[in-house]
Amino acid sequence: MTTATLRDWLLDDSPASRAQARLGSAYRATLGLLRNPLAVVGALIIIALVLIALFAPVIAGDPLAQDLPNRLKPPSAAHWMGTDELGRDIYARIVYGTRITLEIVLLVAILAAPLGLVLGAVAGYFGGWVDRLLMGLTDIFLSMPKLILALALTAALGPGIEHAIIAIAIASWPGYARIARAETLTIRRTEYIAAVQLQGASSVRVIWSHVLPLLTSSLIIRVTLDMAGIILTAAGLGFIGLGAQPPAPEWGAMISRGRSFILDQWWVATMPGFAIVIVSLGFCFLGDGLRDVLDPKAGGRR
Amino acid sequence: MSALKLDNLDVSYGETRVTHGVTLDIAEGESFALVGESGSGKSTVLKAIAGLAPEWTGSIAAFGRPRGHGIDPAFARQCQMVFQDPYGSLHPRKTVDATLSEPLRIHGIGGETERVERVMAAVGLDRRFRFRFPHQLSGGQRQRVAIARALMLEPKILLLDEPTSALDVSVQAEILNLLKRLRREQNLTFLLVTHNLPVVSFLCDRLAVMRRGRIVEVATTSQLKHDGLADPYSRELATLSRPAAPTVTEPSS
Amino acid sequence: MSELLLEVENLRVSFPTPRGPVEVVKGIGFSLGRERLGIVGESGSGKSMTGRAILRLIRSPGRQTADRLNFDGIDLERQSETGMRAIRGARISMIMQDPKFSLNPVMTIGEQIAEAVQAHGRMSRRALRQRVKEMLEAVRIDDAERVARLFPHEVSGGMGQRIMIAMMLIPEPDLLIADEPTSALDVSVQAQVLDLIDDLIRHRGMGLLLISHDLDLVARYCDRILVMKDGRVVESCVAGELRNASHPYTRGLLAAVPRLDEDRDELPVLDRSIA
Repeated sequence: MTTATLRDWLLDDSPASRAQARLGSAYRATLGLLRNPLAVVGALIIIALVLIALFAPVIAGDPLAQDLPNRLKPPSAAHWMGTDELGRDIYARIVYGTRITLEIVLLVAILAAPLGLVLGAVAGYFGGWVDRLLMGLTDIFLSMPKLILALALTAALGPGIEHAIIAIAIASWPGYARIARAETLTIRRTEYIAAVQLQGASSVRVIWSHVLPLLTSSLIIRVTLDMAGIILTAAGLGFIGLGAQPPAPEWGAMISRGRSFILDQWWVATMPGFAIVIVSLGFCFLGDGLRDVLDPKAGGRR
Repeated sequence: MSALKLDNLDVSYGETRVTHGVTLDIAEGESFALVGESGSGKSTVLKAIAGLAPEWTGSIAAFGRPRGHGIDPAFARQCQMVFQDPYGSLHPRKTVDATLSEPLRIHGIGGETERVERVMAAVGLDRRFRFRFPHQLSGGQRQRVAIARALMLEPKILLLDEPTSALDVSVQAEILNLLKRLRREQNLTFLLVTHNLPVVSFLCDRLAVMRRGRIVEVATTSQLKHDGLADPYSRELATLSRPAAPTVTEPSS
Repeated sequence: MSELLLEVENLRVSFPTPRGPVEVVKGIGFSLGRERLGIVGESGSGKSMTGRAILRLIRSPGRQTADRLNFDGIDLERQSETGMRAIRGARISMIMQDPKFSLNPVMTIGEQIAEAVQAHGRMSRRALRQRVKEMLEAVRIDDAERVARLFPHEVSGGMGQRIMIAMMLIPEPDLLIADEPTSALDVSVQAQVLDLIDDLIRHRGMGLLLISHDLDLVARYCDRILVMKDGRVVESCVAGELRNASHPYTRGLLAAVPRLDEDRDELPVLDRSIA
């Protein structure tokens, strides 16, 4: 199919199948996103992040190779971002660090978001003691600052990136549960939910098939915007020495190590700092753009 | 045969009692209207019958079988509801096809494609709308989907909550015609809630006027049309629905 | 005929869409003196947009243009936003469908009316209270002092709308634009509110532009009627002549509404291909 006819097929006002309808929706949403310049910038940054992580061995050298005679060298042709205190190429470490960042961000999202979503939806839908119980649980976690909680959990579990991921996920799910619950409270009262209840649908079916799909938009937006915070929390843990352990090229740990040289050899701490800022911004722009496109309030009444 | 029988129905929302002693007997194949202004409790009665307002005392029975207070799958196959707001009664993320197949899936009824297409044709929806989302449909089309959805389980009783209030005049006419035709074709029993008396004149056989949670009068549509209502409140409502003073132009003035 | 309050010629309102700009008002024109003019149409006819365009309330990305948009000799097209603000409310007032959305939910009714009064001249507290009471009584709210202490959510829709009317009349405007003022109200209250508007208009010699989807209503409360469809005026007639309307669309609309003494088996459906 040529591009022109593919586009027509996707934008067809009268799709002939479920697949076509869904793909058409996704296509329209993408078009909407592309109209927003900042969202495009954000998306490009994220795509670059993924590509760099994938092709790390191709575009960079060995992040672990030490070269003590060449330690703390400024950015040059040989080392684009200079070398750190053990003579390792900072550029290579940043490139390989994208893998760690991506790993953290994806795993936290996969662990925390669905959990929060389901618990929040169940609490919101049933109300009563179920709601009170689940929200009480949520409140316990929410009452502690995220970083401190993550810190405490990592300290209890022991250092290491897997533990950091679990800790951050545990610190993050309550926020998503709250959002899911708040939206479920509104959705629960709509006529389309009443209609499907009237048809004799079980609660499980209503929540799974009717409530959850409506929550995914806000959740995607929320998670994307949170990614910046997750990266920073992970960096914070790395900074303190919990989380990824040496010699792993985790950006937060790199900043920590570079602290002592910040005045004379600024690149050691600043380069990973830039990386964090750029990726966080990328997620924020993308999240904002997604919100404009996916916001249920905009999509509901048209 | 009595299709729907309400006996001394008192519905409450928490502390507030919204209806008082509502008693009605609707025969099979009859089209009955519950008329009243906002706050009269007419929609509440409907919701109680549907199982969406579980706090009530009294009895509700369909075809002789009383129903419980909550959601009842068996009842769902006998009695379905069409809601007022075409913009709010369809799930925004589900295609027409998904919305119409859902009741079939819930009750394990097969032959989805064939049934969906059949009901769509019955309500005058072209097949090309099958995979559209609600926001791609007009108000009238959405209301047709809502009616189709109510018909999927082949119920004998349809509860209609102001089905045309939110629609344009021209679209209202189409939907009213459709409802009338469907009732005739499928021998449905209608319980229609509305504040619009002319719609009652067009679509219904009998009506009950409600005020502040109580039924003040039960009458036939014929009485409504020919100024035969007894209760003063009912008469007042009827007067307000009569067209303005005749505006036939005098031959010369 | 009374002096001309409003002259509109070739008014166009358009909005951009992914498929290019779409005109929702396609070059309509009419004039209005100190009389009651009704604009009737279904959704999408452009009637509400017309009302807003007169007050220059079409916000970007929408655009409005007109060859002539004159109010009492003032060229509204050329007015700056400041100039328009002086006209809106003071000389041309607008009431809309749902008072819930027009009244400030966190201020009492008395406070809101007082605020509106004070915008047009300071006065003593006592004089202010008196004026608020007068305004509420003018819209037939008997227990004025008690109502003044209530919040908007504590009053019924009909009363809320009457309060809106009271507020709109404080600056003594010349023209009132009412956009579906009674659509959200019960039938019995509709009549009260419209009778009130009618009465006040006549008393003060104001002009009224009543926008509605309800043909009967407009026929009852207006002197002249414009029927709009798809952004154009398809019929213009005197209210009393409505039954003898000539345009097929108008006739279609009239026929499609069920009557109290309805005896047709089927309601005639509009042929949408009518231009």
